[in-house]
Amino acid sequence: MKLNPQEKAMLDGKEGPATQKAMQILTTLGKIYGAEKLIPAKSVQIAGVSYDNLGEAGLSFLEEMATGGGKTRTITTLNPAGMDIENWEKLGISPEFARNQNRVLEAFSSMGVNTTCSCTPYLVGNNPNYGDNIAWSESSAVCYANSVIGARTNREGGPSALAAALTGKTPAYGYHIEENRKPTVSIKVNSSLEGTYHFGALGLAISKKLDQHTKKIPFITGISSANLEELKSFCASIATYAGAAIFHMQGITPEAYLYDQPSQSLEINERDIDQAKLIISSKIEDEEIDFVSLGCPHLAINEIARIAEILKGKEVKKEFWITTGRPTKKTADSLGYSKIIEASGAKFATDTCCVVAPIKGRFKTLVTDSAKACYYGASKNNFKTLLLPFDDVVEAALK
Amino acid sequence: MKFSGRSIYPGIIEGECLVSKMGISFFGGVDPETGIIVENGHDLEGQSISGKILVFPAGKGSTVGSYTLYRLKYNQLAPIGIINIECETITAVGCIISEIPCVDQINITEIKSGSMISLDGEKGIVEIL
Repeated sequence: MKLNPQEKAMLDGKEGPATQKAMQILTTLGKIYGAEKLIPAKSVQIAGVSYDNLGEAGLSFLEEMATGGGKTRTITTLNPAGMDIENWEKLGISPEFARNQNRVLEAFSSMGVNTTCSCTPYLVGNNPNYGDNIAWSESSAVCYANSVIGARTNREGGPSALAAALTGKTPAYGYHIEENRKPTVSIKVNSSLEGTYHFGALGLAISKKLDQHTKKIPFITGISSANLEELKSFCASIATYAGAAIFHMQGITPEAYLYDQPSQSLEINERDIDQAKLIISSKIEDEEIDFVSLGCPHLAINEIARIAEILKGKEVKKEFWITTGRPTKKTADSLGYSKIIEASGAKFATDTCCVVAPIKGRFKTLVTDSAKACYYGASKNNFKTLLLPFDDVVEAALK
Repeated sequence: MKFSGRSIYPGIIEGECLVSKMGISFFGGVDPETGIIVENGHDLEGQSISGKILVFPAGKGSTVGSYTLYRLKYNQLAPIGIINIECETITAVGCIISEIPCVDQINITEIKSGSMISLDGEKGIVEIL
């Protein structure tokens, strides 16, 4: 791989040990995947923020990078943390966890990272343009950036995203190269879809039909409309269940018009969607429900407005977490939604979510509209899960 | 039987392999405190990947997975080697920071769980012993 003099100086340790380590990670990746050079990364999103996921091992890696003089060279935001940074006690987070979580945030902050903790950076000010080369982790955001925005990123791991932040560079391979973004399989959807839960189920249904041995890029037809909320739910699901980094959706995503439909073709029928819902929905009686959560991926302001509309003047009976990014929460505060929601007893879990908060053992069931949250709820936290439409999830908290 | 693939991370090791036909999400799919696969319905559910040469088609899911591999290594529960059909960035970065020998572009359908394997991460060579 060709390095310019500045990149070579970084690799030789002339800009400190953290920058050197970062450059080692990037050049190793570049060598493996056949990159000819490094290119500027216009934006970075770093995963691996919750102390529950990092553990002491991950934290020591980050602290080493911070004490090694690492400093960001491009706009860099963070994934959700393991707690609401301002309101962790109310969510039942232990002081010990809060202390460790704050150590993680201090390490990032000292490296110049913007510690806005959200899995939807594109909703909170880190919003790249069509064609921009970026280095994002967070599987749902990677899929959204490539597919919906038309920016270009590989599925970075937490450490390689940090490496891109500290050097301002990313190796030019994979989805940075136009020809690797071509669709390879057509998927015709024969079912009318509406709402986040439906689009989440579609992501799982498609994943079940894709051959997991080789990474396929779907070209999806038959969907007449999809809004931002539905697309972020779909991205989260197809990234979780199929590891997809990019798809094209005819008439919806910006690069779809560039390509012909691939000849290999699959169909998704109503039955496939219903089956997908069943896979992640256990039979759960109302009285069994002990945890309800919306906001995987983090909620947009429209969704918070809808929750406020349903909850107005009512009282929730279950533990109900509403997860979103801090800037979106502040908007909800100023529009009066937060007051209505909090008066009902529902809780904002800002900066965090039900996937990364340390809640294993605290609850037995999870009701959500998110197919992704069902995967991690079941595997990581051992919850029984139930996938419902958005409004029905809010109603479930009231029963 | 000998296979030649692509070097992801160097190191020469020998050991027993554990083979999956499914993608693995290290974060959420593997318990970092025990090394056991916990994904519901996974073909390795309930089995430990610790000390094994882990063979699977490709990574999937969370981009936090690189740290899960690092954490497994820190807890001395990591696989000693990894073989993929297509090693994506999450697994590759996990191997780089955790120093786990890894090779990809191998036809893993020929490899069966329990066989002894040697893996040369530098040369990209895998051999069933």
